[in-house]
Amino acid sequence: MKDHASLAQEFITDEPRTDWHDETLWFVRQKRDKAAHGLPEWEQLREWASGIKDHTLSNLNTYLTQFEAQAKANGIQVHWAFDGEEHNRIIYDIIRKNNIERIVKSKSMLTEECHLNHFLQSNGIEIVDTDLGERIVQFRDEAPSHIVLPAIHLKKQDVSETFHKHLNTEKGNNDPQYLTEAARIHLRDKFVASQLAITGVNFAIAETGGFVVCTNEGNADMGAHAAPIHIACMGFEKIIPKAEHLSVFLRLLARSATGQPITTYSSHFHRPRPGQEMHIVIVDNGRSKQLGRKDFRNSLKCIRCAACFNTCPVYRRSGGHSYHTAVAGPIGSILNPNLDMKANADLPFASTLCGSCSNVCPVKIDIHEQLWKWRQVIVAEGYSPKAKTISMKIMSMVLARPAVYRFSGMMARKMMRLVPGLFKNKLNPWYKQREMPEAPKDSFREWYLKNKK
Amino acid sequence: MESRDKILELIKQNQPEAKSLPAVTINSVISFEDNYQQFKTVLESIGGKVELVDSIDAVKDIFLAETSSGKMVISTIPTFGEIDQKLSSYTAPQLEVLERAYLQATLGVAENGSVWLYESQMVNRLLPFICQHLVLVINKNAIVPTMHHAYQKIDVARDGFGVFLAGPSKTADIEQSLVIGAHGARTTTIFIVGS
Repeated sequence: MKDHASLAQEFITDEPRTDWHDETLWFVRQKRDKAAHGLPEWEQLREWASGIKDHTLSNLNTYLTQFEAQAKANGIQVHWAFDGEEHNRIIYDIIRKNNIERIVKSKSMLTEECHLNHFLQSNGIEIVDTDLGERIVQFRDEAPSHIVLPAIHLKKQDVSETFHKHLNTEKGNNDPQYLTEAARIHLRDKFVASQLAITGVNFAIAETGGFVVCTNEGNADMGAHAAPIHIACMGFEKIIPKAEHLSVFLRLLARSATGQPITTYSSHFHRPRPGQEMHIVIVDNGRSKQLGRKDFRNSLKCIRCAACFNTCPVYRRSGGHSYHTAVAGPIGSILNPNLDMKANADLPFASTLCGSCSNVCPVKIDIHEQLWKWRQVIVAEGYSPKAKTISMKIMSMVLARPAVYRFSGMMARKMMRLVPGLFKNKLNPWYKQREMPEAPKDSFREWYLKNKK
Repeated sequence: MESRDKILELIKQNQPEAKSLPAVTINSVISFEDNYQQFKTVLESIGGKVELVDSIDAVKDIFLAETSSGKMVISTIPTFGEIDQKLSSYTAPQLEVLERAYLQATLGVAENGSVWLYESQMVNRLLPFICQHLVLVINKNAIVPTMHHAYQKIDVARDGFGVFLAGPSKTADIEQSLVIGAHGARTTTIFIVGS
């Protein structure tokens, strides 16, 4: 499997597109700043959100039990899934039991994490993703590259070609208005005919046994209110204690994500409508393990706003697919090593540790510190690349011995002057897109000894 | 039940020691000189339309004039006339051609231009989403400054469903170009009753 660096290398071969990607996400970050600066209490809100989540994580057992009891009393059927496979199996069983053929799904990163679409497809069941960006990438048989903006890696020409192929739109018509209208008409038919709607959950309220789903397009609502059965899937960390806490999170979520004051629809589900069946699947899939990792547990505070993606200098220039996981970006890089440390050992290194992610995080997750801590865990567990481990060991041996250090420095300076080709070649990663420095005659130490008077 | 107990047990073992819940103090948040003006400014900036009217009768007249247009127009506002008894049981195929829906909302939120709708005000949950054009009515004195104030005034679990709705349906999923009218209403007009 290719790692982040090699996938990023593929992404950046198209330079104008890389620049566009970088600038577009930075523009979203600037919109976030403008929204945040519009509220004098912004830092206070972050503090509250962080505190509410910390408190909730420390009482998760109680709140989940309370939520389950309330939701059941509300007439919602509650399921628990230990891992992604069980989550998929629960949904599959509901589909089979009701002989369902037509399914719509609004955005849910959890179902991406569990590879639900793939699982159902291999069992002969088709799901229609209804978020516009997700529908685009689904047509293209790709994964979303961003948790809020799933098709941000594509240009309108790509969408136009995709829709021409799948929706028979005019060839070469790249007008976003026209393309969106085509998707609207296509997906309306799917909503109206659907037998099952699957949605994610943004927040689940322990006190009332209800849950909140946020969208701008209205696709979660179109599905959930049209279909006779609604399944909402949530990671267990989505729980919050009380409805009044929603005020804090809804004020932060859209402002952090896109700079909007609130999403168009913040839908509060508490009971199925008459004749409707409503299910909630509460998923662990590694979360209880992460909860037990003291250094990493507060990654579970994440509300999936993607502010850390938009600000990240590495994400902006490497694209979401280079992270090869359902949740990319800085937050993905601290969540995914918990799920599979070996497969995701490269991700904590896909960062400059600049700390911008932590600064914009609405729930104050110390993302860049966790990236740094994961690097240590990964090296200690032996998952770092062998060449890197060996060269680091040699480096530390050299740096710990002044005489060896001086000798190697002297040799390096000499060789750089005499045989520059040794350094200026494709095998030296430092030479990529860079000139090597001119080697000085003396080291700093030699210069200092000569000139100290 | 097996997974449920396993998950809850693991959580119990792994959750950190109890941390206290912070108190959210509502008096330390932003306030506006004129809640109506703020609401209007924000809502218009996100694509909504705002009309100030002296009396709800002005909206009723518009509704009544439209009922003869030949297109499907529905109101769930009791003073506008009798509400279709079967509306709550209408399904998506029946409501698909709905051109315009008129609904009374509970309150408006100045900081973000959203309004709160209870299920009882929709009668049918699909109504505010499936219609091509949405018309909402709120009282001018029902505009609160922030979401904190809004949650103090509503009971989210009173009805089976409720929504904060801010402007028309939209998307920017194609190259970040904003397009109004994704899956829900193409336009959202809020009539604010008061002087």
